[in-house]
Amino acid sequence: MPREDTTMATRQTRTLARFMMAPSVILLLFWMIVPLAMTVWFSFLNYNLLNPGNVSFAGLFNYRFFLTDPAFVQSIWNTLLLVLGVLLITVVGGILLALLLDQPIFGQGIVRILVISPFFVMPPVAALVWKNMIMHPGYGVFADIAKFFGAQPIDWFAQYPLLSIIIIVAWQWLPFATLILLTALQSLDSEQKEAAEMDGANFVNRFIYLTLPHLARAITVVILIQTIFLLSVYAEILVTTNGGPGYASTNLPFLIYRTALLGYDVGGASAGGVIAIILANIVAFFLMRAVGKNLDR
Amino acid sequence: MARAISTRSKIGWTFAAWAVALIIFFPILYTVITSLKTEPEAIAGFNLIPSFTLENYVEVQTQRDYFRPFMNSVIIAVGSTLLGIIIAVPAAWSMAFSPTHRTKDILMWMLSTKMMPAAAVLVPIYLLFRDFGLLDSRIGLTLMLMLINLPIVVWMLYTYFREIPGEILEAARMDGASLWGEIWYVLTPMAVPGIASTMLLNIILAWNEAFWTIRLTTTNAAPLTAFIASFSSPQGLFWAKLSAASTLAIAPILIMGWFSQRQLVRGLTFGAVK
Repeated sequence: MPREDTTMATRQTRTLARFMMAPSVILLLFWMIVPLAMTVWFSFLNYNLLNPGNVSFAGLFNYRFFLTDPAFVQSIWNTLLLVLGVLLITVVGGILLALLLDQPIFGQGIVRILVISPFFVMPPVAALVWKNMIMHPGYGVFADIAKFFGAQPIDWFAQYPLLSIIIIVAWQWLPFATLILLTALQSLDSEQKEAAEMDGANFVNRFIYLTLPHLARAITVVILIQTIFLLSVYAEILVTTNGGPGYASTNLPFLIYRTALLGYDVGGASAGGVIAIILANIVAFFLMRAVGKNLDR
Repeated sequence: MARAISTRSKIGWTFAAWAVALIIFFPILYTVITSLKTEPEAIAGFNLIPSFTLENYVEVQTQRDYFRPFMNSVIIAVGSTLLGIIIAVPAAWSMAFSPTHRTKDILMWMLSTKMMPAAAVLVPIYLLFRDFGLLDSRIGLTLMLMLINLPIVVWMLYTYFREIPGEILEAARMDGASLWGEIWYVLTPMAVPGIASTMLLNIILAWNEAFWTIRLTTTNAAPLTAFIASFSSPQGLFWAKLSAASTLAIAPILIMGWFSQRQLVRGLTFGAVK
């Protein structure tokens, strides 16, 4: 369609287009600005929900309090480990699984359904099932396996709290990565594959020079989408370790929740919120640039 | 393909793929099996054959009133989806059919609002909900989930609408169709599949959302996510019942998900992977 015409009809369409977009744009603007402005404002106040009559200006006290809290450094570290750990497992595992499912197999449809299923399990269910039925040191399946081999069962959530949560979250997201990478893999031209085979390229060479570049876009998308969700993992922590022992499995969202609704400290939690938003924006900036570039093609 | 696949290698791949798939699916399978065990059986060690009792399902309903959180989940997921679609369709429509030089920026900006970590605005949202009397209300939660999924809904619809060829519009205009006629008679029928896929994905996302649904409810409006999370305190004693409740909570979405794999890939990757 030519876009440069300035007839009445086009102008009418343009005005109408603005009206049609207005509800979404205005709602999202409000959703972005109002809570953000309130968070910034609260972050400069002494404001405790247990003593709501006594609110005063605090300057940068909340930020000093939050940034010097040892739990803060640990929670940032935990957030990073959680995001990177899950990304590593799901991207590498997803590529391997996608390659496996791309082979000729009997019952491919059912296999796909089995593999994709964990993605549809709500976080509290996933976490509680893993906590009680799989990883429980007394009655879990892992403990049964350990006992079968005569080994001491591992008390997962006491000994490796963060790793346990990484395993659970990776189980939830591995299907997503697999499904997307498999879809991308199947769009790879089979003639190209065969040509490479005829030229005598072995499996490893074909993978490095043909498959991997073809998957680059899908991998970028997987990393972007997962990072959005992984930065705010919450329910899995709440129902398993509750952030502990100590702060061993507390990520930044969980620390803010602890400060706000368990400590009733509105000012402190808001300062944490502002810091979380700044960090998320740094991540988002790089991600959006990478994605914008990748999606233009 | 010219090359025949040897049956032996196909059997080998089949074994490997099924083994991996069953390991991945195992926690779900074991949950269903445990839900059919008695409580003593549930903690009696590894056992794949339950006594096929249904008492846990009965007790989840009679003791914990399962139906209430289930209905809350249905109302909140479907409500937020319908509301989101009503708001997003016009926006996606205009971006797809009369794009300007800013359309791409607006889309990227919408996506960027998803980057804001939910916990960061927990305090103001909690206080706003408290002051407006929305805490533990289905209306409040429906609005909340509509807002957080709105960017995804707009994006998904946009990628579907964009594929409707513009020439059809030209043709309709030539035939003297009015703008509304053009939208109602020509484009709507072509847009229905995209809208349906978007709704499906949005229901799945809303059903499984587990931050706001847990933090903004207590009892009245608590959907299944909050209901299941409330099982986290009693250790060990109620595994069979927990499994029954879990099975009921994930079954509808699991089945919906199985039927929507293709659309899911498109939707969640904003049309970048098809």
